[in-house]
Amino acid sequence: MHRRFLAALGAVFIALIALFALAPTAAAEGEQVSGRLENRVDGGRTPVPGVTITVTGEGFTESTTSGADGTWVIPVPAQGAYEVSIDVATLPEGVGLTDPDKVIIKTTVQPPNINRIIIFPLGESTAVTNSKWETAAQLTFEGVRFGLLIALGALGLSLIYGTTGLTNFAHGEIITFGALATYTLNAGFGLPLIVAAILGVVLTAIFGAFQNRSLWKPLRKRGTGLIAMMIVSIGLAILLRNLFLFFYGGDKQAYTEFVGLAGIKFGPVAVTPSDIVVVIVSILALAAVVIGVQKTRLGKATRAVSDNPALASSAGIDVERVIEVVWIVGAALAGLGGILLAFTQQVSFQMGFQVLLLVFAAVTLGGLGTIWGAIVGSLVVGLFLQLSTLVIPSELKNVGALLVLIVILLVRPYGLLGRRERVG
Amino acid sequence: MDWSFIISTTLLAAFGIEAIVFGLAAIGLNLQFGYTGLLNFGQSAFLAVAAYSLATLVSQMGFSFWIGIVVGILAAVLLALLLGVPTLRLRADYLAIVTIAAAEIVRLLLRSVTLKEWFGGSDGINDFSRGFYDLNPIAIGRYTIGPISLSQDQLFIIIVGWCLVALALLVTWLLVRSPWGRVLKGIREDEDAVRSLGKNVYLYKMQALIIGGVLGCLGGFVYALGRQAVNPDFFGTDSTFFAYAILILGGAARVFGPVLGAIIFWALIQGSDVILRSLIDAGVPVVSLMTASQAAIIRFILVGAGLMILMIYRPQGILGDRKELALDAR
Repeated sequence: MHRRFLAALGAVFIALIALFALAPTAAAEGEQVSGRLENRVDGGRTPVPGVTITVTGEGFTESTTSGADGTWVIPVPAQGAYEVSIDVATLPEGVGLTDPDKVIIKTTVQPPNINRIIIFPLGESTAVTNSKWETAAQLTFEGVRFGLLIALGALGLSLIYGTTGLTNFAHGEIITFGALATYTLNAGFGLPLIVAAILGVVLTAIFGAFQNRSLWKPLRKRGTGLIAMMIVSIGLAILLRNLFLFFYGGDKQAYTEFVGLAGIKFGPVAVTPSDIVVVIVSILALAAVVIGVQKTRLGKATRAVSDNPALASSAGIDVERVIEVVWIVGAALAGLGGILLAFTQQVSFQMGFQVLLLVFAAVTLGGLGTIWGAIVGSLVVGLFLQLSTLVIPSELKNVGALLVLIVILLVRPYGLLGRRERVG
Repeated sequence: MDWSFIISTTLLAAFGIEAIVFGLAAIGLNLQFGYTGLLNFGQSAFLAVAAYSLATLVSQMGFSFWIGIVVGILAAVLLALLLGVPTLRLRADYLAIVTIAAAEIVRLLLRSVTLKEWFGGSDGINDFSRGFYDLNPIAIGRYTIGPISLSQDQLFIIIVGWCLVALALLVTWLLVRSPWGRVLKGIREDEDAVRSLGKNVYLYKMQALIIGGVLGCLGGFVYALGRQAVNPDFFGTDSTFFAYAILILGGAARVFGPVLGAIIFWALIQGSDVILRSLIDAGVPVVSLMTASQAAIIRFILVGAGLMILMIYRPQGILGDRKELALDAR
């Protein structure tokens, strides 16, 4: 028994190293920062020449102006962190940044991205400040989008909790795993982003199944208590997060071929193409899982196991098989959440850890172990998070969301959709 | 390899500020988790409110050192009440999630730009410890104890720190052997049984949370005074988890468990780190492929793996009794 656990731990370690060490890390010469300025109005693109761009950092400053085709290139002397700024005064009349605050973009020039492509999204000058109502509409959309991303993590967490009772503190690292795997395949191996994302989800699902088989299943067999397992998951989370940090470093990375496309306006709401992808993909994934749980045989079995594992087992349901499927689906959902989250937040070793508390808040809010609860709770958290910035500084929005969690637990300890049962 | 450097660094970690701070945090957790079975995942918040009460009152508002200490302890009591009232009636995992959320709220508020005027934002605060070091009776100079050399101020805070540890251990020892302590253990083993004996379980849990929080908050003072600075990101969830690792390593529900755990934990952490660094400096093959910053991460990987392995194979730690510690909860 002992040997098996150690072997399993070792196997996790080696599998991770094998995956990550393959990412090319060779340094090369020719570090540069470049970009192409295009004015995007109504779907058309016109190059914007004659705009001054300045790169500073690592004791180096250099300016250039964009050429007739809108392109600009500034070679930098060394790898490191740089700030790229655009001189708004040199923009032609009627052209402005679609996000007026993005005058300076920070970037890091280091392998494998020694040629950093910086996009300043240009469009019709929108100097007018949005009305309160328009801001609220925009925030509502962003809240729904972020809520859906949280829901991808929360649904998996809730399914795993429902069937095994495990409060998995390492769920955030599954989210990170999905994004890092996709980043490795995309930026490291040069696969197209879509292919890398699909493979990323598959890898994360395998990671989940592997985790269940090598760690959680033996622990369940041995009768390890739920709190002991919770603490094991904390250890696993610390282990995985620092392994990610070890192999990837602390910087944020972006997928390649990821371009900051201009926003499309739907009434008061500006939506980027990646937002649309994020929303549609996450709704499809959530719907597929919810329908699967409600309608299929396996879904029924899952609900039976959630309800009462012993009874389900005596009714002839293979509980371990159900749990394995739940781990695969839960990990795949979390991985997808991480992949999509990286569209807006970039990839970093602690991205999953940073949203984990919000995921927990969502699950607890909706009612631990309930499927609709996880989704509703996530949307509430996402909406509250974004809309609260109307009133409080955006750096404190997480504080608001976590406070709501505590307040709702005071009133409805079983969560919004949880069954009314004794929880204490 | 400079063995004397390795040994002195390891010893200083094992008996220095880190061991004291996390020892005190773990002593508090021991009362809450080890004896009462409360899953307080927000211990770092207790350290934070104490450290920041002292730092903010002295540095930003000009109060004296002792007022800072008193307010810090009161703040820890208040935090325990705030956390306990909504959650102590709930199941163990709810308490865990709410306490971890509350600790994160505290950290985010402390590092926010909005409240920078009081808490110094992400830079923290650093000019508040004069009042403490003015009390130092030790003559100015370097003091050599074995391979370690300390300034009079370092020596002072380490002595005061270990006195606090001793005091906290004495309090724990007196409490857990009293009838009150037996009720706590009863709650850990079977809450309903204790309730049926007519005990107010909620009140006992609340008292354990408060006393554990106050014992832990002493660690916050030692951290602030030892570093002569407070920084919000020290009070993240990882610090709480380190305190859990220490408690489980030493042995939960044993009076000396947390202290033994803290000494061994920091000796292992710093010892492995400094050995790894000197191997890299010496150009040892394979090991030298790592950069210095990667080498510094290794110890956290070890903490994670260590916590898992401990919890799976020896949940009672070094001193604990497996039969006594029914980690398994309701």
